[in-house]
Amino acid sequence: MLKNYFKIAIAVLKRRKFFTFISLFGISFTLTILMVATAFMDKVLSPDYPDYKRNRSLYVTSMEFKNSKEGWMNRSDVSYYFLDHYVSTLKTVQKIGISSSAKASNAYVNNKKLVIEYKYTNADFWNILEYKFLEGKAFQQREIDNAELVAVISEETKKDYFGDEQNVIGKYISADNINYRVIGVVSNVSKTLQNFCADMYIPYTLSKDYKSTNLMGGFGAVLLAKSEADLPKMKREYDLMIKKVPIPKDFDRLYCNADPYFASMTRRIAGDGTNDGLTKAISIISLFVLLFLLLPTINLVNINITRIMERSSEIGVRKAFGASSKTLVYQFIIENLILTFLGALIGLVLSVIVIYLINGANIVSNMRLSMNFTVLCYSLIACVFFGLLSGVYPAWRMSKLNIVKALKAQ
Amino acid sequence: MIRLNNIEKVYRTDTVETLAINGISLDIAKGEFLSIMGPSGCGKSTLLNIMGLLDEPSKGSIKIDEQDISRFSDQKLARFRNQKLGFIFQSYHLINDLRVLDNVELPLLYRNSSAKERKLLATAALEKVGLSNRLKHFPSQLSGGQRQRVAIARAIVGNPQIILADEPTGNLDSAMGNEIMDILINLNKNEGTTIVMVTHDESMAHKTHRLVRLFDGSQVQ
Repeated sequence: MLKNYFKIAIAVLKRRKFFTFISLFGISFTLTILMVATAFMDKVLSPDYPDYKRNRSLYVTSMEFKNSKEGWMNRSDVSYYFLDHYVSTLKTVQKIGISSSAKASNAYVNNKKLVIEYKYTNADFWNILEYKFLEGKAFQQREIDNAELVAVISEETKKDYFGDEQNVIGKYISADNINYRVIGVVSNVSKTLQNFCADMYIPYTLSKDYKSTNLMGGFGAVLLAKSEADLPKMKREYDLMIKKVPIPKDFDRLYCNADPYFASMTRRIAGDGTNDGLTKAISIISLFVLLFLLLPTINLVNINITRIMERSSEIGVRKAFGASSKTLVYQFIIENLILTFLGALIGLVLSVIVIYLINGANIVSNMRLSMNFTVLCYSLIACVFFGLLSGVYPAWRMSKLNIVKALKAQ
Repeated sequence: MIRLNNIEKVYRTDTVETLAINGISLDIAKGEFLSIMGPSGCGKSTLLNIMGLLDEPSKGSIKIDEQDISRFSDQKLARFRNQKLGFIFQSYHLINDLRVLDNVELPLLYRNSSAKERKLLATAALEKVGLSNRLKHFPSQLSGGQRQRVAIARAIVGNPQIILADEPTGNLDSAMGNEIMDILINLNKNEGTTIVMVTHDESMAHKTHRLVRLFDGSQVQ
C-alpha cells in the first residue's frame, strides 16, 4: 500500500514541475528557517559550555521592590552583599558562583582602541562553571582576599591584545589604565550566555561596590545543589529565606527568585517578580512559529487542492473499487508527508549551509550553531506537523467528492 | 442478485428539478448478462451508477445479494463495492501515473492482500485478457482496446460477483468492441459473473441474455 502511495506521489511530483518547485521551495525554505531557529534555541536552552550543570542549578539574576499602594517598582541585579549575607547561608546550597554583569573598559593596542568587557567573580564561580583553561588557571580565594590585580582572559582577548604570542601567563593587560596580571586564558564563551561570557574575569574584591549593604547591585549568582533531587529543597529554602529579607522603606514587597535556567531568562524578558514569564514566552514563541508556518501552509493547501482536484478521476476510480473516504484521506496525507519530507531533506541541506555561513560570519559573538540530534528531532516534528497541517484539509475535502462527479471530471 | 424497487433519481439545482429515473423496478438474477439501452440522457448511466452504489437514489430501495444497502456507512459501502462489484467505464479510467500491473492491483489494495498475492492475482487477470506482456507499460503506451482490457482485468481481479460496464465498447472500433464483448461473454459463461452493461450498440445488446430499454427515465421494455 505505502509503496503504491509512494509511486503515485513521485509520479504526481514529476507531472507538474512548476507546482512541485513552488511546493518544495516553500517547504524547504520554511523548514530551513525553522531548523536554524531550532538550532539557535537549542544552543540557548541546552547546557552549553561552560554551564554544564544546569540540571542541579538555580539562577538568581534580579530583584524587584514594589510599592503596591503607589503602584511603582524598582528592578535591578542583586548586590554582592545580598548574595553573601543571605543566599550563601542556605544549607542546601553546595556552592554559590557569583559574577557581575559585564562592564566595558577600554584598552589600547598599537594605538587602536579595544573594548574589553569584564566581569567580577568569586572563587566558586570557577568551581561550578567548567571553563576550559588553555593556559594557566583561575584565581583562588587567597588572590581574591588580597584583592590582587589578576585576570583570566578569553582566547579572543588574548589574540586581540597580545597578537600571536604563545604564552601570555604573567604578562599584563591594561584596561582603563589598570594593569592586570594574566593568570589564565579560557576558551571563548558564546554571547548567548550573557551570565558567563566576558573578555576578562577579575576578582570581585576589585569592584568598588561589593561592600555596599544595599540589596540591589550589579551581581548575579548560580546556586549549585548537591544533586538534581535536592533542587526543589533548595528552592524551598531559598523562598523561605527571601521572606525574611527586610524590605527597604518606601516599598512593601520584595521579589527575588531563584529560577531554573530557562525561567531565569523568561522572567527577565517576559515576566516580573511574581510571574516567571514561562507561559508567556512559550505562548509567544508558539504563536510566532504558528504564524510563520501559516503562510506557506496556506500556499501549500492551495496547491494541494489544485493538484488533488486534477486527480478527481483517480479519486472516483479508487472509491468505486473500494477505497473509503478515510482511506483516501490517509493516502493523500501520506503523499503530502512524502512531499514534505522531500522538502525537509532539501531544507536540511540548506540549513547546514546556512548554519555554516552564520558560524563563519560570527553574527553572534562566539556562538557556534550545530545540527545535532535534538535539532534533527525537533525539525522532524516540525516537518510532520507541517505535512499534516497542509495535507489534512485538502485530503478531507477531496475525500468528500461525489464519485460520479469525480469520474465525470476527466 | 440485484433487486431495484421503485427507484427514482431527481437532480435538483436552484431553479430546475430533473427527473432522471422514474420509478424503475428491476430484478437481475445471479449469472445473468443484462444490457440496458436507450437514447442519450434517458438515465442508463444513472441507473447503472445507482446499481453500483456510486450514487444514491432519491427514492426506492436496492438489494444486492439479499442485503439492503440503504443503511450502509461509507466504510461498509466501500467494503461492499470492493468485495462484490467490478466496474468497467467507457473512458477506461485508468490511473495514468501507474503501470498496467499497479492499475490492475488497485482493488486489492483495499483488501488485506500481501504484495506478492496482489501481483500474482493481477498477473493472472491480465493473462485472462491477453495482456500478460504489458505489465510494465503505462496506460498511455497502450491502444484503446488494450486499455479497456486492462480495465476489465482491474474489474475482475478481485473476483467480484457483479460487473457493471458503462458502454465498454463505446470508444472502440467494431473489431476491438467485439473482442471486449467476447471477453465479457466468456466471463459470464465460465465464471458465472453477473454482468449489467449499458450500451448504444444493438448488436452488442443482442448478445446478452436480456435487454432493458429506457426512455426519459422510465423502463419501456
